[in-house]
Amino acid sequence: MQAVANVNRESQERSLLAYWPFLLLGTFFGFVLIRSEVVSWYHIQEMFRFQSFHMYGVIGSAVIVGAISTWLIKRSGIRTIDGQDIVVPAKDRRLPHLVLGGVIFGLGWGLGGACPGPVYALMGSGFPGVLVLFLGMLVGTFAYGVLQSRLPH
Amino acid sequence: MEFLSSSWPWYVAGPLIGLMVPALLLVGNKLFGISSTLRDVWAIATNRVSYLQYDWRKQTWNLVFAAGVILGGIIAGYLLRNPDPLVLNPKTVEALGQMGVAAPAGLLPPEIFSMQSVLNIKGLLYLLVAGFLVGFGARWAGGCTSGHAITGLATLQLPSLIAVVCFFVGGLISANFIVPVIVPLLR
Repeated sequence: MQAVANVNRESQERSLLAYWPFLLLGTFFGFVLIRSEVVSWYHIQEMFRFQSFHMYGVIGSAVIVGAISTWLIKRSGIRTIDGQDIVVPAKDRRLPHLVLGGVIFGLGWGLGGACPGPVYALMGSGFPGVLVLFLGMLVGTFAYGVLQSRLPH
Repeated sequence: MEFLSSSWPWYVAGPLIGLMVPALLLVGNKLFGISSTLRDVWAIATNRVSYLQYDWRKQTWNLVFAAGVILGGIIAGYLLRNPDPLVLNPKTVEALGQMGVAAPAGLLPPEIFSMQSVLNIKGLLYLLVAGFLVGFGARWAGGCTSGHAITGLATLQLPSLIAVVCFFVGGLISANFIVPVIVPLLR
């Protein structure tokens, strides 16, 4: 029994180790978020007041690079590193959830100055307000889960 | 080395962020999108709501990715902290000054994010409500800035364009009409 338990634990550890590329990519992404200052509450205010091009430049060039590289992947028929066909599932097209959820998200983004990616990147910033903002996001997520069946989608 | 701790222009940062989309597709057919990890965190803790009844283990990659974002934030924001003050349009500095928010030193305004502000009930509620709207709205809309604005637009999906326009409508309203009224009250 002990031997079986050890083998199980070993395979679990090995499977968690298999996620290292995601840790690396996440670390890189968090690093870029801080260096580009798109996580800054000040820059979010500046963006929504149309007083700087910086945020638009970051998001716009990210979209263009993402679009070109995804197009190249599809066109060339490249597979994932473990040989699967690459598929991009379609987003839910129903209008009410996009509009209502989108506006609510935007209201919070303008107030708190951070969306979910930046709130993770800012956790080590030393400002306790970041943890409060994250807690609010968790509560909001749970509230959506509870109310989901009663909301228009 | 100085490059590693200074502010990066948009044309360096944007393309690097955009590369997250093909990188995650190539590594494991994964779609770049952060806000779903908020749901995964709940799904680990409880399955009492039907929204949380799914196998969160299949999302382990995204939780590991989020852990990486925290780590990258610590490396860039703490170990390689930018010593220079944040550069902001003087017009924005002036407008924020009228709300009682001083010119920036670091990434975040201490007037809103410091311990002193959080220990004040008004400051605490401000951030909780802001976070609540982000979490609730992102899950209702089915994505946030990464999932809709970057992945969705990069894969030319119309629903994401609609969502992003609505993100901006909400942000324009709060930054121009709500923040100038509420933030002065936080002092």
